Amino acid sequence: MIKAIISVIAFLVLAPFVGGLLAGFERKLAAKMQRRVGPPVLQPFYDVGKLFQKENMAPTRFQDFYVILFVVFIIASGVIFFMGGDLLLVIFTLTIGAAFLIIAAYSSNSPYAEEGAERELLSMMAYEPMVLLTVIGFYMFTGSFKVSDIMAGNAMPFLPMIGLFVGWVFILTLKFRKSPFDLSMSHHAHQELVRGMTTEFVGRTMGWVEISHWYENVFLLGFVFLFFANGTAYGWIIGIVVAILTYFFEVFIDNCFARMKWQFAFKSAWIIAIVLGVVNLFVLQLCFMN
Amino acid sequence: MSKAYVTKSPWVVHYDGSSCNGCDIEVLACLMPMYDVERFGIINCGNPKHADVFLVTGTVNEQNKDVVKQIYEQMPEPKVVVAIGICACSGGIFKDCYNVLGGVDQVIPVDAYVPGCAARPEAIIDAVVTGLGILQAKRDAMVEAIDAPAAIEAPAAPAAASAPSAVKYPPIFTMAEIKVNAELYKK
Repeated sequence: MIKAIISVIAFLVLAPFVGGLLAGFERKLAAKMQRRVGPPVLQPFYDVGKLFQKENMAPTRFQDFYVILFVVFIIASGVIFFMGGDLLLVIFTLTIGAAFLIIAAYSSNSPYAEEGAERELLSMMAYEPMVLLTVIGFYMFTGSFKVSDIMAGNAMPFLPMIGLFVGWVFILTLKFRKSPFDLSMSHHAHQELVRGMTTEFVGRTMGWVEISHWYENVFLLGFVFLFFANGTAYGWIIGIVVAILTYFFEVFIDNCFARMKWQFAFKSAWIIAIVLGVVNLFVLQLCFMN
Repeated sequence: MSKAYVTKSPWVVHYDGSSCNGCDIEVLACLMPMYDVERFGIINCGNPKHADVFLVTGTVNEQNKDVVKQIYEQMPEPKVVVAIGICACSGGIFKDCYNVLGGVDQVIPVDAYVPGCAARPEAIIDAVVTGLGILQAKRDAMVEAIDAPAAIEAPAAPAAASAPSAVKYPPIFTMAEIKVNAELYKK
């Protein structure tokens, strides 16, 4: 119990710093890949500090309400995860959080925000099956949905669940909103949809959205870590190293691809989920459920 | 007064009034690896609601004056406007055209002028970085207004009532200096 409380407090305090630093290193790395110097590593913190110092001008008062709910549910899903709670509860809380961001974007009545919200709905449809299959895979392998039980398991889920791992890394591109799937709120899509879902988020509202993305990124990388957890110290080390490498792999993919249409995002995510996810579940059924 | 974060992360929005695209290409050149303004935290965000610095190129005319005004009004405080190129400064060679109003300062308050045809990337970066000082001053004025709301709400102070809009900042270059600078840039 005390262990759970400590890890929750550590998540609440450290996750924004880790997430912000990851975002800083990401921008630095992207700049290096383009032969630029790039911003300071602490740049994401300056950006959020700036956003909190700006004038507040929301198009409707409901928008901020929905954004606050988004922040609360995203942090709550991370808290349940790091508490060692139920994985199903974690992904449902995460989905509710994502839904509130979409509602916030719709509430502004801005055509760009609505376009972004519609694309975000489509990408949610694209990644949700894979998320569910991954969680089911963890259950079939360890016999429990609880993160604490999966962490204490005495076998590393990585090799038996390698198809689900590849599928999870694939949909992380959708969840992080990186190219080729950054269609709902890209930094780089001015001509197309201004700033997508976040077009109408001004000042501190945008600051909160950024902070909750830091929380969300850390918690999504926690899922990657879970593939390597086997209750030993070297499982921890491999898990953390692979989680960080996965993040920078996503940055690499981001810099190598153009933005694709939603049809491609949808088809490829479902094909990956069916081929890698379902086949992997069959293998788990044959090898581990008897 | 503490240093405002806005000076460390100025996001720009760029609007092309009706220029020949020379200045627009120079603005985009600032983002390229050679000049790399992201070193200073500058992002071309393309969204007035996230922007701190408004870069305008080209003249303001009857057709686009409302667009310029609207972009300016959509930007949250503190914000600065930089007029890039001689067309945006004064109207340039199009000054006497029947539909041209002149420089951007005919429609919205301009904080920095970058002369040149086309303006050099170095001059544009210089203007944006100089504009950061103005952003800091505007941020300080906002903090003072928050710390002393009585000064604004006092009924017997018509001057104070319009204080936020009455705070005027001198342009970085005067028109005489623009001419001098223009000579320098020619060399």
